[in-house]
Amino acid sequence: MLEGMQFAASVTSWLVSGRPLFLLIHILGGASFAYIVARRMVPLLRAEHDPRFDRPVARLGRVLKFWLGQWKHPRYKVAGTLHILIFGGFVLLAARAFTVLIVGVAPNFVMPGLSGKAGLVYEFLTDYAATVVLLCMIFAITRRLVFKPARYAVPARYGKAHTGDAVFLLALIAILMVADSLFEAAKEAGPGQPAELASFLSLPWILKTALASTSVPTLGRLYFSAYLGHEVVFYFLLCYRPFGIQFHVETSLFNIYFAKLGTGTLKPVRWGVNDEHLNEVKSFGVKRFEDFTWKHMLDFYSCADCGRCSDNCPAYAAGRPLSPRFISIKARDYAFQHYPMFGHMGNDKPLIGSIYSADEIWSCTTCGACEAECPLLVEYIDKIVDLRRGMVDDGKVPQSLQKPLQALESRGNPYGKMEKKRAEWANAQPPCGVKTLDKQTSADTLYFVDSITSYDDRLQSIGRATAKILNHVGEDSGILGGAERDSGHEVRRFGEETLFLALRDRNVEAIKGSGVKRIVTADPHAYNALKHDYRDIPPVEHISQVMAGAVKSGKLKFKPLQSTDNVYTYHDPCYLGRHNQIYEDPRSVLDAIPGLTRVEMSRSRDRSFCCGGGGLMLFYEAKEEQRMGVKRVRMAEEAGANVIVTACPFCMVNLEDAIKVAGFEGKMTAIDLAELAAQQIMNDGKNSESAGFAEAQEEVVVGR
Amino acid sequence: MEILVCARRVPDTSENELVLNCAGNDIERDELVYSINEADNYAVEEALQIVARVGGKVTVVTVGGEDDEEILRREMAMGANKGVLIADEACRGSDGRGIATILKAFVCKDKYDLIFTGVQAEDSAAQVGGMLAAMLDYPFASLVNSVEVLEGNRLKISREIEGGNKEISEIDLPCVLSIQTGINEPRYVGMRGIRAVASAPISTYTTAELGLESGAVGAAAAKVKRVDYFVPGFGKSAEMLEGSRKENIEKLLELVIAKGGLK
Amino acid sequence: MAQIFAYITHRNGAVDDSAAELAAAAKSIDATAPLIALVTGWGPDLDNACTALCASYAEVWKIANQTLAYPNAEVIRKALLGVLPPGATVLMAHDHFGIDLGPGLSVKLNASYVSDVSGIGGIDGTDLKLVRQEFGGQVSTHVLCDISSGAVLTIRPGAFKGHGEVFFSGTVIDKSAGVGALTTGRRYLQTVVAEAGTVDITKHNVLVSIGRGIQGKENVAIAQELADALGGAVSCSRPVVDAKWLEKSRQVGSSGKTVKPKVYLACGISGSFQHLAGVKGNPFIVAINKNPKAPIFHVADVGIVDDILEFLPELTSKVREMQGVAGK
Repeated sequence: MLEGMQFAASVTSWLVSGRPLFLLIHILGGASFAYIVARRMVPLLRAEHDPRFDRPVARLGRVLKFWLGQWKHPRYKVAGTLHILIFGGFVLLAARAFTVLIVGVAPNFVMPGLSGKAGLVYEFLTDYAATVVLLCMIFAITRRLVFKPARYAVPARYGKAHTGDAVFLLALIAILMVADSLFEAAKEAGPGQPAELASFLSLPWILKTALASTSVPTLGRLYFSAYLGHEVVFYFLLCYRPFGIQFHVETSLFNIYFAKLGTGTLKPVRWGVNDEHLNEVKSFGVKRFEDFTWKHMLDFYSCADCGRCSDNCPAYAAGRPLSPRFISIKARDYAFQHYPMFGHMGNDKPLIGSIYSADEIWSCTTCGACEAECPLLVEYIDKIVDLRRGMVDDGKVPQSLQKPLQALESRGNPYGKMEKKRAEWANAQPPCGVKTLDKQTSADTLYFVDSITSYDDRLQSIGRATAKILNHVGEDSGILGGAERDSGHEVRRFGEETLFLALRDRNVEAIKGSGVKRIVTADPHAYNALKHDYRDIPPVEHISQVMAGAVKSGKLKFKPLQSTDNVYTYHDPCYLGRHNQIYEDPRSVLDAIPGLTRVEMSRSRDRSFCCGGGGLMLFYEAKEEQRMGVKRVRMAEEAGANVIVTACPFCMVNLEDAIKVAGFEGKMTAIDLAELAAQQIMNDGKNSESAGFAEAQEEVVVGR
Repeated sequence: MEILVCARRVPDTSENELVLNCAGNDIERDELVYSINEADNYAVEEALQIVARVGGKVTVVTVGGEDDEEILRREMAMGANKGVLIADEACRGSDGRGIATILKAFVCKDKYDLIFTGVQAEDSAAQVGGMLAAMLDYPFASLVNSVEVLEGNRLKISREIEGGNKEISEIDLPCVLSIQTGINEPRYVGMRGIRAVASAPISTYTTAELGLESGAVGAAAAKVKRVDYFVPGFGKSAEMLEGSRKENIEKLLELVIAKGGLK
Repeated sequence: MAQIFAYITHRNGAVDDSAAELAAAAKSIDATAPLIALVTGWGPDLDNACTALCASYAEVWKIANQTLAYPNAEVIRKALLGVLPPGATVLMAHDHFGIDLGPGLSVKLNASYVSDVSGIGGIDGTDLKLVRQEFGGQVSTHVLCDISSGAVLTIRPGAFKGHGEVFFSGTVIDKSAGVGALTTGRRYLQTVVAEAGTVDITKHNVLVSIGRGIQGKENVAIAQELADALGGAVSCSRPVVDAKWLEKSRQVGSSGKTVKPKVYLACGISGSFQHLAGVKGNPFIVAINKNPKAPIFHVADVGIVDDILEFLPELTSKVREMQGVAGK
């Protein structure tokens, strides 16, 4: 007992001699960190405005879900588990680390709330936390050096591998854990220390046991060294983190708090400037680094280089020159280079042509897979669109896109076809029961067809099928016909904001003038535009939602498929699925068709793989190694399916093309959900061929 | 360098079939959209690239009416410094020579080092550039697909000739060049750019202001007159195969083999 | 009527195909008017050309000058002005040279100018009745050309069929002395020959030629497979080269190569004049196009309205099937 008290007294004295040093390290470390963070803040202060201070409750909810709850991490099981353990460990250890730091200058400091019994429990838990973190570090280092997961690899054009830096940081954290544990152990290894709540097999426990018969002076030296080591490594890490991907440790909470709240929406050209005043804005889009908003810059700081975004990016998989991960990393490196710790800050260099290439930015299909995957909620689509706005503003648009853009301007569709021919599909024989709304004709529901379904020979059958379904479920619907313009969805996402606004305003005028109470569309891009880019129009639904509702209410019944040999799979279109979370409605429609065997591809729902893109992307000539659509049809084959069902006309174009290019002709087909549904509609209990739909797709009866 | 580009507003007929109007003397123009002649747009882009390299200004001129202002504004939005419209009833009905005469009168009002036209417009006449050069006594080159500015008031140019070959020549300034499509990649001009120049002034001239006598141009002076448009009944037409795809393929191969087209 | 002159181009002593066509065109203008071939150049090549022309022209005017060794339109214009009488009608082929020479010449001669003439309807008073095409060949127009002070006309290659028979034993008249100083503001430097490319389409008997209808670079393989099966080569029209789906050496047309195959499959090609100008020798032309109104169907021997992306692979399979059966 006395020994114990004597020992305890000497423990207190061990650090006294170091107090001035520790204090100095505190001051230097703290001041350096403050200086570093202040310098890192400078570009954010020069950045564009971004209002992210609204809806605090919703934002806090997301912090709980994505930051504290690590919600996205388990999407990659091994790395996810590792990170959850490490993060959990850090959170738990926070109070302990703080205590340890203070103790060097105020020996009797105890964290409020962690005295007595609570303190013992806390120590017990954190002993294990430190151990787990150390084990995770060892595992992580091994993983980096030996197993080398593919997504961490750095393609040659982006520079050297990041392995060295990663391993360095992991090692430092490991050292920190060891120092902390040694510090604990040295204190407890002394004679007469109470062994309450011993944390068996934790690192501190192991060290303590190993040090059991060490002399007190040696313990004292170990104690001192561990403390000093801990403090030095702690402050080194603190000050080093803002120079690399580990900055996410500090920025992640803020990045998630300030993250975008909705999906499918786009930031305006400039926050705070509404459409009528846009012509006062001198320069559109992002041309220099400072044109990004502060939140976008925070995104660059927060990127953890985990590579999950690029691992799911279809453009990257196709061999296009785009890797979302490197959009962030290159911008971050740019920020570090031009906003250094000392010296001149800022640079007016244009980003396109220096850190980014034009092709890189045009390659994106805005599918959103990157954003769906990122654990830090880093945003990509807004940045790509802003960079495109900058290029459009400077006239730097690829030649292949100029013609469709001019056509959209002069004729309201990218094909340059006449407005009056837009509704020809509806008036073709046999009649499909679609009326064109005008001064004499009105309806409750508007069927917004959009350009490709209106003008493309193959896709007009989706229009007819949709019309048939709407009639069958009793919707009084009509189309705008020649008054309809392209929804402008891709026009906006390709950076041509002015043209988009012109198209939108024409459409809104026509929609309002028609007096409809609701809008239905079979085109997910149009759906997204009408839902998120347009304002003051009636509510809009996708045809799959209408069908799902009608199936539920019994209005829509299907007759069994003639052949049960086929295996169907549903391909989630990006703008129906990921951007608008409509996953189950299309599936419930398919499952309501008797005799239909359905399988899921391994990439489905929010992990669906983009078909290649819609709208203007169909005109862009990308430099790629393999088409996204070809990859997708191979995934369907792998899943054992020979019929791909999709609910988007652009997916249909890309997948049908891909079936040919992949050599699957005759072995696999693609069909639209509306086409399939229209084909299988059961009229009043009778199994008759639905009248007036003579162009029914030939039922797919192919050998497996 | 002062560069003048002579441009023209033409109907866009690439995607839509042309139909004749009821009277049969013109095409139905009501639903056509118009834009600058493609080759002229390439010419303006080339001019802009040249002044970006060596300094100077680009002026775009067209002969027509109020409707034609839109192409001038589009080119100004692209970067041309000045737009000029020569509008006068007296110009109506001019043939190619008439247009060249009008343009020559305009050129003589100012000093231009280099004059561009597009190789041809929708009437595929390919004439105004060459005529203008002869009237001005400037050297001329057609089908130009590359322009390089040399020291001493000369250019090195390339012309597109048969077989995809290029004829390289040196030409003295001032000169007239007719520019072929594909010479460069024109920059994009969107609605925003055009709105920005919506109220920029466009100089307008009448024939009197250009010093042209009445009757020197226009329908009365035209030596070449288009009488009407028609769709000819072609003498020979292809034998169309109208069976199923399979049948067509079989018949086709029969014919190809007969003609010696299969090993 | 005043004299009609036909300006004839030549290369390495061989006379251009247009010589016979211009003679036929002149006949349509006025079969009684004196027709004179006009040739410029230098040395033995020029002499050989003149001799060759004597078979189809009664009179050949030769202008020899060292500065005319390379056909520079600016120089030639000056030479011709020293030689042509007022009020003459001058014909030339509508090609890269005619476009260069014609307009300026008409101004200097104070004569009318009509280019790319595809039909001649004879003389009506002081007017010559002509036919031209506009809008890429979609429509034709009737044109009246006042020839009271002469005219310069460029004639669409292939629009008038030359007779080919030997009619004359014409005389060559040397007009070289009539030209004055031949300095101009444009000086020829050199000709850069187009890259040879991997395949010489001019050497193939069967050509699978693709146009805009192929829709993309990745579909070119469909045409290549058919060409392989048929033992031919893939060629194309200008839009395919502009879009960079094939290299320039594959282009057939007035600014590309001239080909003389036995069988020419025009797949997804609309049939513009500039393209067809490169197809010579009257091959068996097959046109496959989605658009039943494509001008190519007026030029082809056999036409099929179909989507080439679907038609060609099936055609290739059938060809391979047939070859397999034949034991190849």
